[in-house]
Amino acid sequence: MGSTITEKILARAAGRDEVHAGDIIEAKVDLALANDITAPLAIAEFEKAGFTKVFDPARIALVPDHFAPNKDIKAAGQAKTMREFARKHEIVNYFEVGRMGIEHVLLPDTGMVAPGDVVVGADSHTCTYGAVAAFSTGVGSTDFAAAMAWGHVWLRVPESIRFVYSGRPQPWVTGKDLMLHTIGLIGVDGALYQAMEFAGETIEALSMDERFTMCNMAIEAGGKSGIVGFDEKTTRYLQSRPEGSRARTVGQVFASDADAGYARVVEIDAAAVPPTVAKPHLPSNTVAAASLGDVTIDQVVIGSCTNGRLEDLRQAASILRGKKVHADVRCIILPGTQQVCLDATADGTMQALIEAGCAFSTPTCGACLGGHMGVLADGERAVATTNRNFVGRMGHPGSEVYLASPYVAAASALAGHVATPEEVGAKQGGSR
Amino acid sequence: MIFEGTVHKYGRDVDTDVIIPARYLNTSDPAELAKHCMEDIDAEFATSVQPGDIIVARENFGCGSSREHAPVAIKASGISVVIAASFARIFYRNAINTGLPIVVCPAAAADAQAGDRLRVDLLAGTVENLTHGTSYDAEAFPPFMQELIDRGGLLPYVKARIAAGV
Repeated sequence: MGSTITEKILARAAGRDEVHAGDIIEAKVDLALANDITAPLAIAEFEKAGFTKVFDPARIALVPDHFAPNKDIKAAGQAKTMREFARKHEIVNYFEVGRMGIEHVLLPDTGMVAPGDVVVGADSHTCTYGAVAAFSTGVGSTDFAAAMAWGHVWLRVPESIRFVYSGRPQPWVTGKDLMLHTIGLIGVDGALYQAMEFAGETIEALSMDERFTMCNMAIEAGGKSGIVGFDEKTTRYLQSRPEGSRARTVGQVFASDADAGYARVVEIDAAAVPPTVAKPHLPSNTVAAASLGDVTIDQVVIGSCTNGRLEDLRQAASILRGKKVHADVRCIILPGTQQVCLDATADGTMQALIEAGCAFSTPTCGACLGGHMGVLADGERAVATTNRNFVGRMGHPGSEVYLASPYVAAASALAGHVATPEEVGAKQGGSR
Repeated sequence: MIFEGTVHKYGRDVDTDVIIPARYLNTSDPAELAKHCMEDIDAEFATSVQPGDIIVARENFGCGSSREHAPVAIKASGISVVIAASFARIFYRNAINTGLPIVVCPAAAADAQAGDRLRVDLLAGTVENLTHGTSYDAEAFPPFMQELIDRGGLLPYVKARIAAGV
């Protein structure tokens, strides 16, 4: 029997000829990352354990994105703890406010992840980097502390589920809709402990931004990782990273064998997937966006590590351009990085969004986890392009979050209720 | 290790946002976190929990965010052990790494009700429901994870590996 792409990457990182699902391995870490919430706990454990140096300062990334720019005095203290650690250990990939972005948009965009890499991050959405054919997974602070000291991580080689998508998506259906649909199909623990391998003609036709979105939400199905095979789109993306970056200079391409063993294969007819929304309070609680026209809303959030890339903002702008956000709605944009802000400025996206009445934030996770920049009050309802709609996720436990694509979120901002682009008169095709 | 305590019972998919809401993550002080533990799913928990009490839940306990603050908050609240039909994977790792005892036992999780008295023997791998007079065998940890637990968590293991030059 052959091997999956995930097994091949982990075999390389473990220095073995092959590994199989269920094996416990010690894998070399190519990149370990944490943020202003998870790093302080890790730093405390690192120091308490008596570690005095990190395994390789160039292979650690620290990003103050969750409660930064600092939202309050305690958050400022946590950011300071991380900053001082970064200085002490000469962590070159510490990204200060003004240079930072939302970690899972920033790190691949700065070229820190190469195909075939093993990445562990003290943030559950670390699974995002599977879009560049790397193995990447979320861990806790103690695992991150161990990886910083040791340069290795223990892993149980996961079984893989192969998701094969066929057919051309309907207008306004994006990678986000496909992923919400998939989570709705298998449930929030449908891929528990497993790798989600996304394949098929529909995935091949998706943009890199959409592939990042799909891998980003593997954790919402309980997945250990999400991954898309390497192709010419991956190459183009990697070759347009900064000169000299890891993405352009190293990397090893692996592919699943035709006779690789899978826990199961799930076939999905992408042409049958409508613009999809996950209702409160689970990402698996999915329905067609068109069925929720009576759900009025108070806020729309467009952005985050799930949908804060340039293409996402362009899609939102294609709906909102020349129109006005509904009088009863606050529409907040959380761009992924400073570069996304610059690009959105250069092509008129930011102007269209601001003229429509959107608030354009600095990059931050902020509103997604009810931290700052758009916390919901009791009884308030939001449509968000983020990743979780658990009780209290964006604020008061009596608030509600509906997860959607940038197209549906933008249409909802205009309508004042959950809406499809068609309903607000958008022309088919958008910026696709 | 043997724990005996009163059950706090929850359903499936208890996520880390309800175990410790992100609005309290501007600190990692265990005592502070414990004050808000389970707040969005059970507002009475922090005031009613007694040292040694036991959380019992159905499938996928601890899903969502990687925040290690979740097992830290549960442990600091006085909970002795968490029993569930299954655990989300990052929470599972975090619990082992931080020394929060967890037990996978679907039958005991289905049987136990809020207020029941349970007796959990971690070494023997058994869960006794003293209120119902029932007893269950828990799932054993894989040997490697049992080794981590026996060594007192991940960092003592890693220190030994580094010292051995691996």
